[in-house]
Amino acid sequence: MAKVPVQFTLNGAEKAEFVDSGTTLLHALRDKIGDTSPKGGCHQGTCGACSVIIDGELRLSCLTLAETCNGAEIRTTSGLAEAGVLHPLQRAFLDAFATQCGFCTPGMIMAAKVLLDHTPNPSREEVVEALSGNICRCTGYEPIIQAVLRAARANSQNAA
Amino acid sequence: MELRKSYFADVRKDGLNEIGQPRPRLDSPGHVTGKTAYFADRNFPGMLHLKMVRSPHHHARIRTIDTSEAEKHPGVVKILTAKDVPHNVYTILILIQIGPEDETVLADGKVRWKGEAVVAVLAETERAAQEAGAKVKVDYEVLPAVFDMEEALKPGAPLVNEYHGQNYYLYDSGECRKVRFGDVEAGFAQADHILEQSYQSSPIEHAPTETTGCVVAPEGNDRFTCYTNTQAMFFTLDNTSIILQMPGSKLHFVGGTVGGGFGGKVDVIVEPIAILGAKLTGRPVCFIYSREEEMQISSPRAAEKVVIKDGVMNDGRIVARKVTGYTDAGAYSRHSPYGAQKGAAHYPGPYTIPNVWIDTYCVYTNRTPSSAMRGFGVTIGDFALEVQMDKLARLIGMDPLEFRFINAYRDGDMKAHRQPTEGAALIECMQEASRAANWPVAEKFMAMSSYKKGA
Repeated sequence: MAKVPVQFTLNGAEKAEFVDSGTTLLHALRDKIGDTSPKGGCHQGTCGACSVIIDGELRLSCLTLAETCNGAEIRTTSGLAEAGVLHPLQRAFLDAFATQCGFCTPGMIMAAKVLLDHTPNPSREEVVEALSGNICRCTGYEPIIQAVLRAARANSQNAA
Repeated sequence: MELRKSYFADVRKDGLNEIGQPRPRLDSPGHVTGKTAYFADRNFPGMLHLKMVRSPHHHARIRTIDTSEAEKHPGVVKILTAKDVPHNVYTILILIQIGPEDETVLADGKVRWKGEAVVAVLAETERAAQEAGAKVKVDYEVLPAVFDMEEALKPGAPLVNEYHGQNYYLYDSGECRKVRFGDVEAGFAQADHILEQSYQSSPIEHAPTETTGCVVAPEGNDRFTCYTNTQAMFFTLDNTSIILQMPGSKLHFVGGTVGGGFGGKVDVIVEPIAILGAKLTGRPVCFIYSREEEMQISSPRAAEKVVIKDGVMNDGRIVARKVTGYTDAGAYSRHSPYGAQKGAAHYPGPYTIPNVWIDTYCVYTNRTPSSAMRGFGVTIGDFALEVQMDKLARLIGMDPLEFRFINAYRDGDMKAHRQPTEGAALIECMQEASRAANWPVAEKFMAMSSYKKGA
């Protein structure tokens, strides 16, 4: 099968690969580039475990073709901590017990990050809406909602 | 969280320094950084993909299987049928002497549920495996199927599973698990009221976010490493050893990281066939359920039917309880004989009843095999029992919480299955519930204790 080149930045680093035409970004990230933080839960765009940030917007990497990402700036949860220091969202997910099995966590954090990037002080309803595309089967969601609100508070205190 | 130290203060050594205190989870740092390694995060060069050809029928005889066209499909490396599996007929709980072996790794001569694995295709890509699977030709003779437990137990019903010979699990106690305590008919004769009700449930899928699967890598020395999300590591290792007729020392299982299980990953389904594929090809193999397979193929919680007949006095005492429970195992046992057995011990509920009669049946039907799920064997029973308790309270015009205080088991009470009650705390839990829910009960109930002082 003919290969197509794809080139983008992943968490600030240049990446280039040859992939089969039709390869999803999820497959390219996990199996070609080796970033396994986006997870494949349904491969049909319904669970949110594969969520990544493409040019500042939340995207489902299982429904995004790798070849459409040329020149894009892609961010994943594995690149969120800087110099070993956890991002406030990661800290809040730890402190609020927002993880259980952990499989949905990277996708949840991506969805939460896009929310806080656009809406630094969200209401509870805005948090629920922002996470509505991400399925968690363990926590019952409440600790995750609290974690996002906690991260927003931490951000605003740091900014003040 | 509030910790009430007044309860059991005279008997409890109060070293509960951790209770009520937040402590970081050890696995969370890996989860929030995306570094936790799930089985599917392992990738090996040259890894093959395994896809199953599954039965489209609920019950059918297999006349022939023709894999010749599938074998020619580009990218196909190996196709496995029943004859390739060294010990093809197994049952998980044989490890604890619960037999007979009744389930095939790959169907041999017959399929007993829609979705049963028939042929395994190993190919260079998932797509090639899927496409080749569609070219496998299986000639079926469709047989009558049975989906309802009570129909399955009737004479003349289609026989689901020949390894059992009848559509129920044969316990050492006979066609069902039995509990006999006191004289239930005398209890009913004495009762002021009798209430008989029937409760039933449908199968429930766990729907974990991570689907069932494993990745197997040959180590090059006839030993195989299996990365798996099983919830039952040693059950899986030992059953794989039996199925593949390989010593356990040749099998290296790596797991413990499970993307949601809830009981849905305790069966031994994907690992043996994936390891066999790796053994016969010398290549790494991954076998991962699609979301559709997770929903349709993986074991759900069993459908259950519970018929409860209670005799109750006007003063609130339950004097007789007769329960007939049915657990729908589907086509194969897996963990269901154990689930039905648990129900037998559980159906009196946390109540002291002097006359009890319980029969629980583990029934075979042509439905998806059911298995473990969070409190399987008792959860549906608890729903039925507590609805029944509310109905009984209403029948005699009593407050439902006070009704439960009257019947609650206490230390020293003999349970119907002859285990004396120890360490009971139901009274105390209900007292707290009464306060927390602002549902007051008479002072005499608030003064009760699970201890029977002076008894």
